[in-house]
Amino acid sequence: MSMYVIVSIAILVTMTLALARALKGPSVYDRVLAVNMFGTKTVLLLAVVAFFYGRPDFLDLALAYALINFVGILAVLEFFQSQRNDDEEQAKEQEE
Amino acid sequence: MLEQVLYVLSWIMLTVGGFFVLVGGIGALRLPNFYTRMHAASVTDTIATFLVLGGLLLQAGLTIATVKLIAILVFLLLTGPTASYALANAALLSGVKSNATFRKVNGKGSKSGAGQETSVNQETDASQETSASQENNEEQSK
Repeated sequence: MSMYVIVSIAILVTMTLALARALKGPSVYDRVLAVNMFGTKTVLLLAVVAFFYGRPDFLDLALAYALINFVGILAVLEFFQSQRNDDEEQAKEQEE
Repeated sequence: MLEQVLYVLSWIMLTVGGFFVLVGGIGALRLPNFYTRMHAASVTDTIATFLVLGGLLLQAGLTIATVKLIAILVFLLLTGPTASYALANAALLSGVKSNATFRKVNGKGSKSGAGQETSVNQETDASQETSASQENNEEQSK
């Protein structure tokens, strides 16, 4: 029983640290990294909580969250990359 | 007997998994540059996930929860490195630099350690090297 509490507290502390890095992060990639880490830790926390409360239904939520998290991170990265490419093109046009 | 062994084993796996989660979190907050922080986050993505979900697997026995846990584990182990690669690629292409580089001034490279220098050490090294090069320039001008 108590080991679930230990792991839950460890995961919660790490989620707090990841949020601190997301707020602090100098570049946008630090923030994306921290949010990705936060999402992965959420999946782990959901799995542990499912066993802590004895409700295996929560595992479905964890699986869905893992899927959404992965796609979301890739989408955010693609967004920033295309935004940067647009900026470079605009800079070239202005130079010309 | 077997149940007790499995119980102790899952307890150990969960606790060690929690330890690695904490280590990764502290590293992601405190390490000096982006790529080292990504390394710390990858620790929690791989071994901590494996240990925590493995400990839960030993607790679950043979139920439908086992199948779901294995699905989550496989999916996380597949997507974690993929997301890390995409992130590192995007950061590298946009010019995020790690400050762990070696500079050579006047052909005398400062080979100290195996890439274990901190950024502070490198700054002092670089300043010493620049002062050395200035001295060389003064000698040449004389």
